[in-house]
Amino acid sequence: MAKYNSIFDILGPIMVGPSSSHTAGAARLGKIARYIADGDIKSAKITLYGSFAETAKGHGTEMALVAGILGMEPYDDKLRYSLEIAKEAGIDVLFEKGEIPGVHPNTARFALERHDGTHITVTGSSIGGGAVIVNAIDTFNVELTGDYFTIVTKHVDKKGIISKVTTLLADNNINIGNMKVRRDISKNEASMIIETDEIVSVEVLGKIKRLEEMIFVIEIKPVRENKNVQ
Amino acid sequence: MYNSGNDILKACDILNKPIWEIVLLDEIENQHTSESDIFNRMEETLRIMENSISYPIDNKVETLGGIIGGEGKAMMAYADSDRTLSGRWTTKAMARAFACSEYNASMGKICAAPTAGSCGIIPAAIITIAEKNGLSRQAMMRGLITSAGVGKIISTNATVSGAEGGCQAECGSAAAMAAAALVEMNGGSPLQSLDAAAIALKNIMGLICDPVAGLVESPCSKRNASGVANAMISADIAMSGIVSVIPFDEVVEAMYNVGKGMHENFKETAKGGISITDTGLAYSRKIK
Repeated sequence: MAKYNSIFDILGPIMVGPSSSHTAGAARLGKIARYIADGDIKSAKITLYGSFAETAKGHGTEMALVAGILGMEPYDDKLRYSLEIAKEAGIDVLFEKGEIPGVHPNTARFALERHDGTHITVTGSSIGGGAVIVNAIDTFNVELTGDYFTIVTKHVDKKGIISKVTTLLADNNINIGNMKVRRDISKNEASMIIETDEIVSVEVLGKIKRLEEMIFVIEIKPVRENKNVQ
Repeated sequence: MYNSGNDILKACDILNKPIWEIVLLDEIENQHTSESDIFNRMEETLRIMENSISYPIDNKVETLGGIIGGEGKAMMAYADSDRTLSGRWTTKAMARAFACSEYNASMGKICAAPTAGSCGIIPAAIITIAEKNGLSRQAMMRGLITSAGVGKIISTNATVSGAEGGCQAECGSAAAMAAAALVEMNGGSPLQSLDAAAIALKNIMGLICDPVAGLVESPCSKRNASGVANAMISADIAMSGIVSVIPFDEVVEAMYNVGKGMHENFKETAKGGISITDTGLAYSRKIK
């Protein structure tokens, strides 16, 4: 039983058809992948799994995924032209079908290349009604819904980093709603996923990015639009 | 705050207000918004609905799967003839529901109401009856608010997802939401509104979701057309003074239980019903 809060969750979303999971959800997934790649995408190899692989054509799933990568909203009239728009923008897009046992039926994996040649991989699923969840960034398991402002860090695994970041947020009146910490001992690297109630300003993000031990910081703006129309 | 049809009926009675006003007051309070913001947003929603139910009647659209196409236009031409069996306005509403389904299947911009697969029923019902009875835009938006309130109750206590409850949960909920709005727009009482919603749900209780080739085309567009007719006849039954033997809340619970008991082959997986007929499978092979 889904909990809808607003009458516009019932009469909505406003979206380009035909399917909330295979089209609108796919676009949202692409949009999160774009944020995670910092909006800098030179090429994308997108692997489709399960029902995404089987019914992509009839649901416009490929167009929706690419529209998301281009930063379009699920209600953008131009969504259907996304493949051409990507081509004109010089972004190479390649699709393939994959199989992972037990994977959620509507799953896509974005292998993205930035203009400086670095790569990032985002894997996520469209879980119904346009809602999505990102399961992995590179080999790092996450659970991002895109409902909150989220900061993802990768940093040198040293004492005191977490406290430096959380102090910076607290000093700027930003409340942390959810936080996960992981580490990769073999690389001496650790990572944080921080969901915040408030939007973190460019200034505060800059301070976090400039911490000596930071390898990278990604900001993910909420993708669940407050307004369903522009 | 309301969680059931009974809550709504009580609030209507105590405050002596129609359903749409109760839903509006709740939205203002719980979403920290204002009446004018809600109506502005509803106006935008209505505009998108109006376009989606009319565009494919005046323009040719191509659906992604190519299974459906042209139904809205054909039905509208038929509605304008004097040969219809179910009456001009019913057929006109069906034409618009068909058109909206085509628009959705051709990547047009629609309002999921409550889902993309059932997006034709509520706009076709409300816009057609408003046209027939000369009702204002304000009345149409009030109707949309009433329908959303009924949809909220269904999704709180059951589901509006075909994958969870079959077509009864999608097109059934849309028809119930539309029926409640039509009754209120035409002067019926809150109880008559919810009775109309209950009757619409009962009329197609148990209906499975069996999309050909897994796409939102066939039988979805015809179930949108029959869904709007279901909304209109259910509203008429309630307006005639006939009551729903089983109250709305109990019907919603029953629909949910039927949905839970439905085999997964019948819940949007395209593994049952007409999806696996010889012709259904042939479409599936052709599209892949």
